[in-house]
Amino acid sequence: MSKYLLEIKNLHVRVANGDTEILRGVDLAIRPGEIHALMGPNGSGKSTLANAIAGHPGYEVTDGQVLLNGEDVLEMAPDARSRAGLFLAFQYPSEISGVSIANFLRTALNSRRDDDEGIDVFAFHKTLQEKLALLKMDESFGARYVNDGFSGGEKKRNEILQMAVLEPKMAVLDETDSGLDIDALRIVADGVNTLSAADGELGVLVITHYKRVLSYIQPDQVHVMLKGRIAESGGPELADHLEEQGYDWLQEAAAVAAS
Amino acid sequence: MPDNETVTNLGLDEYKYDFVTDDEPVFKAEKGLSEDLVRQISAHKEEPEWMLDFRLKALEIYYSKPMPEWGGDLSTLNLDEIYLKEEWEEQGIIFESIEDGLKLHPEMFREHFATIVPPQDNKFAALNSAVWSGGSFVYIPKGVDVDVPLQAYFRVNAEQMGQFERTLIICEEGSQAHYIEGCTAPVYTTESFHSGVIEIIVKKGARFRYTTIQNWSNNMYNLVTQRALVNEDATMEWLDGNLGSKLTMKYPSCFLVGERAHGSILSIAYAGDGQHQDTGGKVVHAAPYTTSQITSKSISRGHGRATYRGQCKVYEGAVGSKSNVECDALLLDETSRTDTYPYIEIDENQSSIGHEARVSKVGEEALFYLMSRGLSEEEAMTMVVRGFIEPIAKELPLEYAIELNRLIELEMEGSVG
Repeated sequence: MSKYLLEIKNLHVRVANGDTEILRGVDLAIRPGEIHALMGPNGSGKSTLANAIAGHPGYEVTDGQVLLNGEDVLEMAPDARSRAGLFLAFQYPSEISGVSIANFLRTALNSRRDDDEGIDVFAFHKTLQEKLALLKMDESFGARYVNDGFSGGEKKRNEILQMAVLEPKMAVLDETDSGLDIDALRIVADGVNTLSAADGELGVLVITHYKRVLSYIQPDQVHVMLKGRIAESGGPELADHLEEQGYDWLQEAAAVAAS
Repeated sequence: MPDNETVTNLGLDEYKYDFVTDDEPVFKAEKGLSEDLVRQISAHKEEPEWMLDFRLKALEIYYSKPMPEWGGDLSTLNLDEIYLKEEWEEQGIIFESIEDGLKLHPEMFREHFATIVPPQDNKFAALNSAVWSGGSFVYIPKGVDVDVPLQAYFRVNAEQMGQFERTLIICEEGSQAHYIEGCTAPVYTTESFHSGVIEIIVKKGARFRYTTIQNWSNNMYNLVTQRALVNEDATMEWLDGNLGSKLTMKYPSCFLVGERAHGSILSIAYAGDGQHQDTGGKVVHAAPYTTSQITSKSISRGHGRATYRGQCKVYEGAVGSKSNVECDALLLDETSRTDTYPYIEIDENQSSIGHEARVSKVGEEALFYLMSRGLSEEEAMTMVVRGFIEPIAKELPLEYAIELNRLIELEMEGSVG
């Protein structure tokens, strides 16, 4: 078994039925319990990586591997990846009107069980209330329809709630901080930290455009993506450096390296 | 075992098609429609002379009317191959079989019967008027509020048995009641035909809701005329769920004849592969300040087709009337189909009519989102559909909402190729 929880090897991805390659050989490895940050300018391929890991049908993997505990998930349908322990917090979660969050999460938990009986309704209610309390969310939240009429902050908190209930091994947060004011950002970051602390083995990949969120979620490693490749990796200080210098120095360095 | 047992326990553990009870109708008519047959039915029911005359006149009207050329395809329907059947039950305030209604309350019956849907109304109303059998007679006395729903649950179990049920409901002034009818039919290979007539009179200030969840076998032609006469300050609500059948043509109607009368029609149709649900509603505003709301939701799958056909008529003088129609169609795949035919006729300028129609497909993004949480594609699709019908399911009593969801889930099985 690999010592890595998530291992991405030479991943090449293009838009399904398209010619343009967006990811051009991504390598990334995360151990259990680690928090990694993936930064990069718009259009560098960060969200494509998140979607490719989760199996979005709009993207096509042309080469490479994505291993979860040594098992290649690329052969799996998106639901099988989820059941294997992957979780993607969406940048733009869909609205599913008429379906309560509680009903949705109960169905999702049942899909993880081998028996046909399904989770006991009362046991589920207790779990949901515990997770809501853990994330300091209102107990009536589960009765609301999934993302229907939610504010940006509520949508992101709903993603974190789902992560808390589904207890994945590896969570990818796709720009979960975008569009949030400072209070909402702090609430969401607290949630991630709480879940990370509660499960010492949980791996987290925080994809972000801004350093701001990294003041609240302390990463073990920071990676910078440029034009579909990881251009630089380092410790938390790399984020500070990017904050001061921007991405230009990396882009220049990449241009020099390419020439 | 009687074929017309009343199922107070809804039998939620029984799947939609796997029960067939022994069928021993008390009276089984000869195959094929004829004057003799009508006389036979009437004699068997020991009816008064006026009812026999009524039936025979209706039969003439039936023969004289052409098949409708609008709606679904009826060309393969053979009306000669229909047996007739009678059944029903007794309980409640006056809540009994239509036959007993005629026998036990002859004057009240005659005063109201066929006043809302006369035989001349349409070809199938004429046929029903000639050979009706089975159905309910309900009378809610003045000011009485029936807080427990009146429930009728029947099964069409005899192969080649036409169901010509006839229901007459009278709500006296200021009364309130909710009538629920659900039926489910076992699969048979030969084509069957169901043509009911439902007449409801809602008197001044009364409030009545009629709920139907129908799940017919996929060879059934289901052509129903259901209409309510809504008087001053009265409210009529139709809640109509249509699943199964080969072709359903059903447009619950509200004739708003008293000032401030209100009509509401809430319908859900599921057109599975090879099915045509031609449904909708009809509202007639014939008095000032009358209001109506039609909400129609449909789901089409495979080669299924869901048609919304609605009519809104506002008579001159119906000032201040308001009508609003919302149609919402969900297509599950590339081959499924939906169409909308709103007919609007307004003879009063001081009225307001709104019509909104939406067609949506189950989105790839929504499916991916649900699947990314562990739901299979079929579970994800079913969840989107359940959410779509939720605004209607939540209007149902719990056990019917559960049954509706369960029927939808059964219909959704194998929906993903």
